[in-house]
Amino acid sequence: MHEWALAEAIVEYVKDAVGGHRKIKRLVVALGELQSIDEEILRFSITEILKSEGMSIDDLQLIEEEAVLRCRRCGHEWSLKEVSLDEEIRELIHFVPEAVHSYLKCPKCGSRDFEVVKGRGVKIVEVVAE
Amino acid sequence: MSSAYIPLDEDFRVSVIGRRLGGVKRILPVMSSKGGVGKTLVSVSLALALSDLGRKVGLLDLDITNPSAHVALGMKLKDLPEEEKGVKPPEVGGVEFMTIAYYTKDNPTPLRGWEIDNAVREILAITIWGELDYLLIDTPPGMSDELLDVITFFKPAEPLVVATNSPLAIKSVERLLKLLKEELTVKGVVENMASGASSLVKDLCTAHSVSYLGAIGFDPQIDSKLGSLEGIKSSSFFRDVTRIARKL
Ligand SMILES: Nc1ncnc2c1ncn2[C@@H]1O[C@H](COP(=O)(O)OP(=O)(O)OP(=O)(O)O)[C@@H](O)[C@H]1O
Ligand SMILES: [Mg+2]
Ligand SMILES: [Zn+2]
Repeated sequence: MHEWALAEAIVEYVKDAVGGHRKIKRLVVALGELQSIDEEILRFSITEILKSEGMSIDDLQLIEEEAVLRCRRCGHEWSLKEVSLDEEIRELIHFVPEAVHSYLKCPKCGSRDFEVVKGRGVKIVEVVAE
Repeated sequence: MSSAYIPLDEDFRVSVIGRRLGGVKRILPVMSSKGGVGKTLVSVSLALALSDLGRKVGLLDLDITNPSAHVALGMKLKDLPEEEKGVKPPEVGGVEFMTIAYYTKDNPTPLRGWEIDNAVREILAITIWGELDYLLIDTPPGMSDELLDVITFFKPAEPLVVATNSPLAIKSVERLLKLLKEELTVKGVVENMASGASSLVKDLCTAHSVSYLGAIGFDPQIDSKLGSLEGIKSSSFFRDVTRIARKL
């Protein structure tokens, strides 16, 4: 459960962003499809760590973001539905999403020179203090 | 997270990096903008030598698209590192060892600038080091993403710069020393594949007021010993590196 490590980073960032406030009204975190984050574990971790810091949160929203990849060679844009990724490889990409370049190629032209346009990993969308 | 660059102060991962390195007493990146001068062999051997001297040591392979420290160490990359509220670097020869190769295996993994930086930030945010006396960092040649990330994220870092007595290496290392000295304190220069006949590396140190940490002689057998810890430790390369380790 390396989600815990990411949750620690999120809380560290949030603490800074709300500058001393103890109550968070809303925190919105996007979960990029590529990183296959376990939503429940992340929710649990963020809540627990906030609690241990003497902070509370009203509304923790974790929203999924579909991955979109774009080939730099031929311009083709694709999603993970267009390719096959078995569980074992998803697990490797889960830790470091850039590992996607080790396992995927552009389904149209076969190039590994593609970019992840959207849905790479965890991203903080909004923090609102009370 | 889109492919667009994220400024440091907007990246939540960056907020935890200081804490992840909080238990590390000294950070020694092994650097050289010149390729093939022995950065990987020096960082791997120094890590093993410092561990043999009774220190707690970590080794991070930060050559993101061309990791090779695991090859020198003979790591098979079969199992993923253990997870315990983060990633725990597996131990090899008494050294906590982290590399992106656990995830990319030995597949080609071509990345462009920001993707390298992105991977570095991810690794630094999720890796849980133990209490360490030394963290050694193997870095790629050139003067690009990983090198800039070492300067940005590892504070205070004390770079060990590897040079050989080729004029090509000297010129390259000279540029690196200028850059590093603008940002931090260089620990010193290690001369590799030293022949004894040339004073180019020593002269470079004098000209730039950095310490000359010692020489590693040319070891014609070193390549045949890679992949085995006993092999490396029986080499004349390792003997020379141990002499340098005692001075750190
Ligand atoms: N002291 C030495 N004696 C003999 N050969 C050496 C010595 N040091 C390095 N080499 C040779 O140089 C090769 C490259 O070494 P190494 O991979 O450590 O260099 P590097 O600086 O990390 O390269 P890169 O810039 O590609 O990362 C070794 O495999 C070995 O063949
Ligand atoms: Mg190397
Ligand atoms: Zn393509």
